[in-house]
Amino acid sequence: MSILDILSADRSVSRRTFIKGVIAAGATASSASYLFRGPGVARAQGAPGAVERLLTLNVNGQDRRVDVLPQETLAMTLRYKLGLTGTKLGCDRAECGACSVLVDGVPHYACSVLTHQVRNRRITTIEGLASSDGDLHPVQQAVYDEAGFQCAFCAPGFIMTMVGALQVNPNPTRAEMAQALSGNLCRCADYDKILDSAMRAAEYSRPQA
Amino acid sequence: MSDNGLIGTDHVPKDLLAKITGRAKYAEDFRADGMVFAKLLLSPVPRGRVRSLDVRAAMDMEGVLGVLTPDDVPSISGATEPILANEPLYQGQPIAAVAAVDETTAAEAVERLRLDIQRLPFALDPVESLRPGGPNGRDGGNVMKDGEVDTLKWSSAEISRFESDTFPDDLPVTDEWSVGDLEAAFAASDLVIEEAMVYQSQTHHPLESRSAMAYWRNGRVFIHCSTQSVSQTRRAFAGYLDMDEEDVVVISEFCGGAFGSKIRGSLSDMIPALLSQKVGRPVMRRVTRDEETAFGRARPGLQGWIKIGFRSDGKVLALDSLMIQDNGPFGRSGDMVMFGNVLSLAYQPEAMRHRATSVFTNTPPRSAQRAPGGLQGSAMVEPLLDRAARELGVDRMAMMKLNAPQGRARFGPNQNELTSAFVHEAVDRAVELFGWNEKKEWNGRANGSKVTGVGVGFAPFVGGSSGFDGLILIRPDGKLYIHQGIGNLGTHSMLDTARAANDVLQHPWDDTEVVWGDTGKGLPWSSTQSGSQTTHAHTRANHAAAHALREKLQEIAAGDLGGSAGDYDVAQGRVFRRGSPGTGLTFAQAAERAIALGGRYSGEELPDDLDPMTVHAVRRMVGEGLISAVKDPYSHDGSTWSSVITCCVVEVDQETGVVEMKEIVSVTDCGTVLNPRSLEAQVHGGVIQGMSSALLERWAFDPRWGANSNKRFYTAKPITILDVPSRPLEFAALDMADPETPVGARGVGEPPVGAGAAALISAITGALGGRYLNRTPITPDKIVALLEGSRTGYGRMQTHV
Ligand code: FES
Ligand code: FES
Repeated sequence: MSILDILSADRSVSRRTFIKGVIAAGATASSASYLFRGPGVARAQGAPGAVERLLTLNVNGQDRRVDVLPQETLAMTLRYKLGLTGTKLGCDRAECGACSVLVDGVPHYACSVLTHQVRNRRITTIEGLASSDGDLHPVQQAVYDEAGFQCAFCAPGFIMTMVGALQVNPNPTRAEMAQALSGNLCRCADYDKILDSAMRAAEYSRPQA
Repeated sequence: MSDNGLIGTDHVPKDLLAKITGRAKYAEDFRADGMVFAKLLLSPVPRGRVRSLDVRAAMDMEGVLGVLTPDDVPSISGATEPILANEPLYQGQPIAAVAAVDETTAAEAVERLRLDIQRLPFALDPVESLRPGGPNGRDGGNVMKDGEVDTLKWSSAEISRFESDTFPDDLPVTDEWSVGDLEAAFAASDLVIEEAMVYQSQTHHPLESRSAMAYWRNGRVFIHCSTQSVSQTRRAFAGYLDMDEEDVVVISEFCGGAFGSKIRGSLSDMIPALLSQKVGRPVMRRVTRDEETAFGRARPGLQGWIKIGFRSDGKVLALDSLMIQDNGPFGRSGDMVMFGNVLSLAYQPEAMRHRATSVFTNTPPRSAQRAPGGLQGSAMVEPLLDRAARELGVDRMAMMKLNAPQGRARFGPNQNELTSAFVHEAVDRAVELFGWNEKKEWNGRANGSKVTGVGVGFAPFVGGSSGFDGLILIRPDGKLYIHQGIGNLGTHSMLDTARAANDVLQHPWDDTEVVWGDTGKGLPWSSTQSGSQTTHAHTRANHAAAHALREKLQEIAAGDLGGSAGDYDVAQGRVFRRGSPGTGLTFAQAAERAIALGGRYSGEELPDDLDPMTVHAVRRMVGEGLISAVKDPYSHDGSTWSSVITCCVVEVDQETGVVEMKEIVSVTDCGTVLNPRSLEAQVHGGVIQGMSSALLERWAFDPRWGANSNKRFYTAKPITILDVPSRPLEFAALDMADPETPVGARGVGEPPVGAGAAALISAITGALGGRYLNRTPITPDKIVALLEGSRTGYGRMQTHV
């Protein structure tokens, strides 16, 4: 089973699997997810695995050309190379879900996915949910109508997970929804409102009879 | 109140759209041209002395721009925290920082810093430090006395008394107060309960760590940081950097959680600021979760004893408390002081003594965490009232009402008076909403290995300050601009308190811009967004500024259109003659007139009691519209406190020790409600967070190396969505106005955590047939050990377990 298969099979990729992936990619584990190189220096130093490769990523429906290091995480590419700072980092170690994005419609922790592994995949971030004319996605609309979240640092991750969860189970019970969202932490503990928002999102997402 | 009616109605916060579309920018989302990255060298030892720090190998690396060392930062005195330490006092304290063109290079350069550090003896548990010959957390001692570092040791006999089974009557402490005749009150008591307790320290763990980015331009420093309070942070930073506050620009539009850990930003925000000055480039310093655990903040733990005397009807007659505070290495935390005040207020004892000592430890630095001292007090003492109710055969809610502070109750060493309290009404409401009389019978009901527990917690805490400035203007576009120097924590008070101005001016919310989050935009002097001050302080300040603005509008209209100011009214963006609404000026016209009139209308002349920060803010806007800047003029007679009562149902599995939350109901007395939906979320969030604190969040240290082994979410373990009941939580607010403030609103950020923790511990105690777990977190292993009567492997008073 390749790393890619493991990642796509299960969003809750274990740290160990992830590190193995990083090592396979020729970098040290410690520099994998938190550290990154700007262009120029990396090459100048000739460190192993430090060569960037130009690749095409499909992000929010657009093909984006971007130079990516072998050990670079999707969260870092999105935040520091594509200017998509809506994807947050709460732990950078697959513990909190603040960085959740969709890869082919399935929620993934962007802090724990290597960018190289999602070439040829459809990546959706919080910035890509609303339509280009500004209409909110039904899940965003539901959160808006409930006035959900407090500090909202967890909000992009929760919203992306809700979108992914509702695609798999459009008619969840409250308990099922809690299960689906259990990979996301809200330190403000606004869980009651988050569940209200998610249940309303389910309602908004169902095709109108 | 006026009939504009914004106060008391739900609204969607104006900043919500940005938050849910990814456009909201938190500190780490900003970029600057030429931005470089910093990584930190953290102390590997819990206490040590740097013998030498050789930066040459790091500086030789390509891409490294500079190193900031303790020699580059302002020196400090006493027990103050330094920006970088030559003599680190906890493992993970920043010693140096490297700036490089990218983060990898900076991290590699940190590896090449050659640090020679001498290890020194260290203290992790306050009681260890109090033992004869025990380690001191600092040079020169282990406690603060009269503002100086001092040494306090207990004899072996005194230590044994503290660790024994009975309440220790006389032990040397640094702080003590008492009111009433304690001995007589205990003598008059029909039941005396005494109990030892340990409430652990815990990291705040905001989801957004304290990353920050800074740069300099023409002698001014711009700092993008995560803070609870923008104006207050600016003043604090100016102090750290010894600069004019006008040359310090703080930008923090959104704060990804803080809970007391970022009240005035973070001292560590000075690292990117100073490094940027040194290397001449913007510096981004990201903070990892491990680093957040190290130099972020934590709640001080409390260890000690409580003794309470009850009359046969449940009235608390006497209360005696002795608390040792796990202070961390710097300053002195106020938790142990608030602990005494909260108990004094909550139970209104006829006589009370509170003794306390804060002991330095070489553990991460502390700061206030949501209901500092109050959470620990309510959580540990409410279950003892449960026990008393059981032993005396009185109803717990009747007992709560009997002891509750009501009206202008007095409390604390100085017997201060409250502005108001409506706890009797809150108790009645909670009984009804929860269905107390029916559900209390569920206590102890077994279902297989699971036992039901029902509990209640009452928690009061400070709910407001006063005396800050309001700044409002009308620009020629006809809109109302409300400037807020408070932070934007997600409580929505940044917006809710602005609406007090709208109601005075009868002005539509849609035609209002709230200006916040960037001192470059001209923000007034404000309270810290902490201690639940904001709602109270800034409904007042905005109310006052709106009144002054209204008067100016009336004067301008009278001047232009005849009659006297009193003939004019203000509503819907116009000032108009009463009885002849056609005669008047639009806000746009009035703003133009104010600019032409100058003087006190355009901001040229200002009241002389304004804070200099507000004056400076207005100076930059003079002539841009009709400006009103005033200091809160309203009287504030008494101490402003709010409270929450939480009831809950849990199931405890006696085989596994796992606690499952089933139902949670909360009622609050916090004065007039500003925004019902946000208030409800705020209370529920606090209640759940308090339960998280009592049940899950943990600190443990390696005794040999002084290293914290619970640095990350999966070990420190904040509560998750699966831990809360899946049925919706229930809530009510009394919505009874506080008479000592014009809008009637008090803050309520703090009390719910204590109520939640207390209700949960009481419910678990109820399920365990009254067996009280006297330490937090109440993890399953502790419950199982209690039920089996097995040895625990830690001492009665030991902390960090
Ligand atoms: S930042 Fe990715 S899971 Fe926490
Ligand atoms: S709203 Fe603050 S972390 Fe969720």
